[in-house]
Amino acid sequence: MLNQYFAAVFTPDNLWWLGLTLAAILALAIPVLIGMAMLTWFERKVLGYMHLRYGPMYVGPFGLLQPFADAIKLMFKEPFLPERANMLMFMLAPLMVFIPALLAWAVIPLGPDPFFNKNMVIADINLGVLYLLAVSSLGVYGILLAGWSSNSKYPFLGAVRSGAQMVSYEVSLGLIVLSVIVLAGSMNLTKIVQAQTDMWFIIPAFPAFVMFLISILAETNRHPFDLPEAEAELVAGYNTEYSSMPFALFFLGEYIAMITMSAFTALLFLGGWLPPLNIWPLTAIPGIFWFGIKVLAILFFMIWVRGTLPRYRYDQLMRLGWKIFLPLSLTWLILTATVVKIWGNLA
Amino acid sequence: MNFLRTLKSFLLLDMLQGFGITLRQLFAKKYTLLYPFEATPISPRFRGEHALRRYPNGEERCIACKLCEAVCPAQAITIEAEPRPDGSRRTTRYDIDMVKCIYCGLCEEACPVDAIVEGPNMEFAAEDRKSLLYTKTKLLENGDKLEPTLAERLKRDAPYR
Repeated sequence: MLNQYFAAVFTPDNLWWLGLTLAAILALAIPVLIGMAMLTWFERKVLGYMHLRYGPMYVGPFGLLQPFADAIKLMFKEPFLPERANMLMFMLAPLMVFIPALLAWAVIPLGPDPFFNKNMVIADINLGVLYLLAVSSLGVYGILLAGWSSNSKYPFLGAVRSGAQMVSYEVSLGLIVLSVIVLAGSMNLTKIVQAQTDMWFIIPAFPAFVMFLISILAETNRHPFDLPEAEAELVAGYNTEYSSMPFALFFLGEYIAMITMSAFTALLFLGGWLPPLNIWPLTAIPGIFWFGIKVLAILFFMIWVRGTLPRYRYDQLMRLGWKIFLPLSLTWLILTATVVKIWGNLA
Repeated sequence: MNFLRTLKSFLLLDMLQGFGITLRQLFAKKYTLLYPFEATPISPRFRGEHALRRYPNGEERCIACKLCEAVCPAQAITIEAEPRPDGSRRTTRYDIDMVKCIYCGLCEEACPVDAIVEGPNMEFAAEDRKSLLYTKTKLLENGDKLEPTLAERLKRDAPYR
């Protein structure tokens, strides 16, 4: 069965196409990984400046090489294995956080490239939004598995919290995304962006945008909803027993998920690679630049929240998710659907 | 009233105010002092590394009264003395164990001739214990090196003594 599949795919006719796809994957994954490394630097720098400190500043110019120094340090640490942990699951869990985070980038369109004007996306599938939601919520399995296989109380509690939190906010996140889909009339991310040529969806769907921003904070376990790793209560949460590279993989996954979710927000509400105004000097700048600016702005917002707000209590988090966001997003979806039914969508 | 409160919390006004504060802090002047490159101002009473002073004519001030040795709570000072050929009473040995010393400044207070003082230098960490056992030579050397500063510090502190 599998042999037949590979025999059908690896034909001489297909080789050119396969090589091209592989090159495209590398060309996307490597910048995402470097961007993730720079994000840790950016976060520490912004947080430092908000605390009236300087942040990292000695490793390289402006401390720019700090993430690489940290990575080298983590690689040389001993990977400690707890005696009573389930070894296979324990080592598999970090990978299950890290890989889905990267997988999500397959459907994120980066706009037309500057040379051939072709849309830069690895898989331009019609169910892109659904794929993105599905893959980004796969990370919770890794976290649950990490908590369970560590065979220790703090990771277990952290993992349970994380699971409950991600599932709760997935609901309102899905409903908000659904309202955007109704507005654009398509589940293809490229088409959603093209529907925003005249007006970004942040204008007609501003309340949804605010709710979406708050939900992605909860979805990526970021402040003020970082309960799974609440230091004061849970030591470090689900990654308490981890060290060395497995430990780093959790953070790689978390930061890549941050970038993914920012990109998702930019695509759904901020018009992806479209310039703010559809006039000449702005349209001449390549779309990837606008996309990067928007992603960076949302990432800055996520860090800004971390520098400003204290952590929520667990019951407050659940109350916000189920008793406020769920009814609000449901109402918003019904409202949008009614309006679209009467006057038609914006595509 | 309750409606207004609900409206206020739904518009996230308090949070926006908080965001405003952190954004202003982002551009504010930073408090961090880059220590090895920048230094804080040091008080004339700062109690750092010890030094033995001399008179302007080059004669050492210490008269071996051993008041500092007696007052030292950590018993870090060891003094041995003999009359010199010219009849004056001077130390032959003046050791301070900088590891034992608690930098309380009592030796400085006890000294009737302002011979032993604690200077402004605090960067004398060493890699072995041996180099922190200061002898008379080392202490006099410190005094010769820092004399203008030491005199200035004593002068500035004198009105408050």
